Amino acid sequence: MLAKDAVYARRVGEYAIEVLIKLAAFSSIVITIGIIAVLMTETIRFFQEVSVWEFLTGREWTPLFSNKKFGVLPLFAGTAITSGIAMIVALPLGLMSAIYLSEYARERVRSILKPILEILAAVPTVVYGYFALQLVTPLLQRLIPSLSGFNALSPGIVMGIMILPIISSLSEDALRAVPHSLREGSYALGASRWQMVFSVAVPAAFSGITSAFLLGVSRAIGETMIVAIAAGLQPRLTLNPLVPIETVTSYIVQVSMGDTPTDSLEYRTIFAVGMTLFLGAFMFNVLGAWLQNRFREIYE
Amino acid sequence: MNDIYRHQNEPWWVRRASGIDQVVRYAGVLSILFGVVVLVVLFGQALIEGFPRLQLEFFTSFPSRIASQAGILSAWVGTIWVIVLCALMAVPLGVMTALYLEEYSSRHLLSRILEINIANLAGVPSIIYGLLGLGLFVRLLALGRSVLAGAGTLALLILPIVILATREALRAVPHSLREGSYALGASRWQTIWHQVLPAAFPSILTGIILAVSRAVGETAPLIMIGALTYIAFLPQSVRDPFTVLPIQVFNWVSRPQQAFTANAAAGVVVLLGITLTINAVAIWLRHRYQQKI
Repeated sequence: MLAKDAVYARRVGEYAIEVLIKLAAFSSIVITIGIIAVLMTETIRFFQEVSVWEFLTGREWTPLFSNKKFGVLPLFAGTAITSGIAMIVALPLGLMSAIYLSEYARERVRSILKPILEILAAVPTVVYGYFALQLVTPLLQRLIPSLSGFNALSPGIVMGIMILPIISSLSEDALRAVPHSLREGSYALGASRWQMVFSVAVPAAFSGITSAFLLGVSRAIGETMIVAIAAGLQPRLTLNPLVPIETVTSYIVQVSMGDTPTDSLEYRTIFAVGMTLFLGAFMFNVLGAWLQNRFREIYE
Repeated sequence: MNDIYRHQNEPWWVRRASGIDQVVRYAGVLSILFGVVVLVVLFGQALIEGFPRLQLEFFTSFPSRIASQAGILSAWVGTIWVIVLCALMAVPLGVMTALYLEEYSSRHLLSRILEINIANLAGVPSIIYGLLGLGLFVRLLALGRSVLAGAGTLALLILPIVILATREALRAVPHSLREGSYALGASRWQTIWHQVLPAAFPSILTGIILAVSRAVGETAPLIMIGALTYIAFLPQSVRDPFTVLPIQVFNWVSRPQQAFTANAAAGVVVLLGITLTINAVAIWLRHRYQQKI
């Protein structure tokens, strides 16, 4: 009798825990739905007042002025130029680090250098922002006198340093997934190590490296604090890295720090541009993940 | 892994011919050192600039309009409030989700969808979580600009990180351990609670520590939900307004007056000190655990 009760209680307990865990598992779906719902409702309300065409092709972005213009292109240009500079910095450095760690470094050296490199990704972005504004911009101004105090160049470079460990560690994974037989075949044909690296290992890991690049871009376009601190808050349709600009992310910060009334068209702009940011990052992530899976299937 | 290719056994003329190899090797080392040098310069500059401000009063004073009297009391107290609350929400939820995916679900479509969804959530820019927190916690649940709203927003942000790290840890637990437990008559939950979780604990802890470190440094989502920069009191409950360290630093960085730059530098030193310490602990923990296996 007692044993029976215990078994029964245990079964109920097991069942309750299983239900609880299942519920928890669906929280992530709820979050996704939440993000999309919040962005969608405000975006739809925004586009009831501003046409999609005007939003996507307009060359002026002045929602906070009395003469309101809702052309998002200047913000896109700002995001494109800072992210572009970041990738120009991060891709060669990250790739060279990955090649060194995967193909040249001894296991011991690698186990020391890799965590050090990864610390760069853990530095708070507001610290990077301080770094860009207080250190990198004054330094660059000595080289380029025409550089203004707020610009796209300095935060772009600092963002590249921030992304470096992501590019490096994902590229290294891709290089390590290249089977040894390929390397041995190359050596057997008389290639030296660098010839093997650049003619066999890197091409074989190409889709993985591309995926690292795409995930890096996704990180760059979503980065907020560095550009909010050091790039200025002036939407400008330009690809000149020496003048103040504004990115999609820093615009959102600018509005939420000001005293814009919450139920206004101006306020809804942050959800509309947030939606474009969400979709952009999502696109790069999906593309990156797809490429990553592809190279895994080939070599495992 | 490349030790078999190492060229100590090659004759000198082959070694010499691999001059380009040396160039590539040094380029790699320099690329890594570049990042390290940047970190050292950053910390050094902030330390020099902020050192005069790093007195005890800096930690025990509220922010002020007078730079030399301003401190980070409300900022670090707010950070502790938000981080503790955020961990209390994200850790159980994240660990349970990972348990479902690794220990309960069979590999059908549903768990595949969950996996893809979590991977995508991990890639969503943090400022989007700020917009979510604004729409969900501040407006819909009417929590206002409170500690609770901030902690909830950061919990959503680090949830995917906790899930991914916990899954990794659970996967590393050998199957023989589970089978042995089942063979002795343990139920599924008994096996998880008494065998799997203790075995995976150090790795899970490492993942949680890294996720928390991320939350400590996050600025943008908390600006979105309206964490204030000027708070001259300490939160007494989860419904009170708050500020955190990175927001205080951001506020000081954006001021044009030179005097506040020293405050910003001192704040940067404190913030960097915290994150670097947390990460060092995580790396040490991982290293120790790896040696045990």
